[in-house]
Amino acid sequence: MDIIKKIEQEHLRMDLPTFRSGDNVKVHMRIVEGEKERIQVFQGNVIRISRGTVDATFTVRKISDGVGVERIFPMHSPFIEKVELITEGRVRRSRLYYLRALKGKSARIKPKNAY
Amino acid sequence: MAEQMGILGRKVGMTRIFGSDGSAIAVTVIKAGPCPVIQIKTEETDGYNAVQIALDEAKEKHITKPLVGHFAKAGKGLYRNLQEVRLEGPASCNVGDELNATLFAAGDHVRITGQSIGKGTAGVMKRWNFSGACSSHGAEKVHRSGGSIGNNTEPGKVWKNKKMAGHMGARQVTVLNLEVVAIRPEDNVILVKGAVPGPKNGLVMVRKQ
Repeated sequence: MDIIKKIEQEHLRMDLPTFRSGDNVKVHMRIVEGEKERIQVFQGNVIRISRGTVDATFTVRKISDGVGVERIFPMHSPFIEKVELITEGRVRRSRLYYLRALKGKSARIKPKNAY
Repeated sequence: MAEQMGILGRKVGMTRIFGSDGSAIAVTVIKAGPCPVIQIKTEETDGYNAVQIALDEAKEKHITKPLVGHFAKAGKGLYRNLQEVRLEGPASCNVGDELNATLFAAGDHVRITGQSIGKGTAGVMKRWNFSGACSSHGAEKVHRSGGSIGNNTEPGKVWKNKKMAGHMGARQVTVLNLEVVAIRPEDNVILVKGAVPGPKNGLVMVRKQ
């Protein structure tokens, strides 16, 4: 198994900030369209982090024009330019699927340390 | 299909890596060799072209005396596994050469032979993908059965090759056209796109095609 760990180690990205479920993040994704390359930003709340080595992913949820949109990003994808941590959220569970059923004010996540 | 050079190896396991276009590729890691060439067979002496390659060193007590003598001719030590690779033309290597992962290059296509994982006695649903029977509607004790296996007096027998329950797996399986994603000479390892028959640490034959 050591060889596999070694191979995976080379593909891991250590430059991303640590963030948790409930945090608001901006994900800068590199998009290649034919010849051109551009950066697309996806900002929303992290509702799930699937831990692992190279197969780790995280799901970001945002409300776009009143429609909930979720996107799953591979944590170690080379096409993630950077991840910005905007705010840390105060949540009591790791999988925030309950947000899908909520709308408007109740779907907000309180920021951490807001006394 | 032209018969080309191959190498014995062991399946280490699977992982996934990212390609240059950012896509995640599932790869099987295979420890390829090192395999010493034990014997070279030629058209003139043996009637066909082949090389015999070995894998995994063994103690003398673990192998038979005839094999000890056979390995002594090559003078490369004793080995647990010995296999022949048939070739189209005369072999390009010599007795005593050591084959390793550098036999392949990224982008090559290979065919891999291994022994599939044994499933033991399996029912028709697992073995032949039958649909099974009703879970309710009065069904009793037949939920995973295959149903009828034929007709009555005409033909009065069960046709040959009728798919039924029985032993599954643990047979030789070859997968064709697997792409070599990368080779790592420092670990003597090749990374092949997709799955490969057999359990972890199982013996596999990787051949060029």
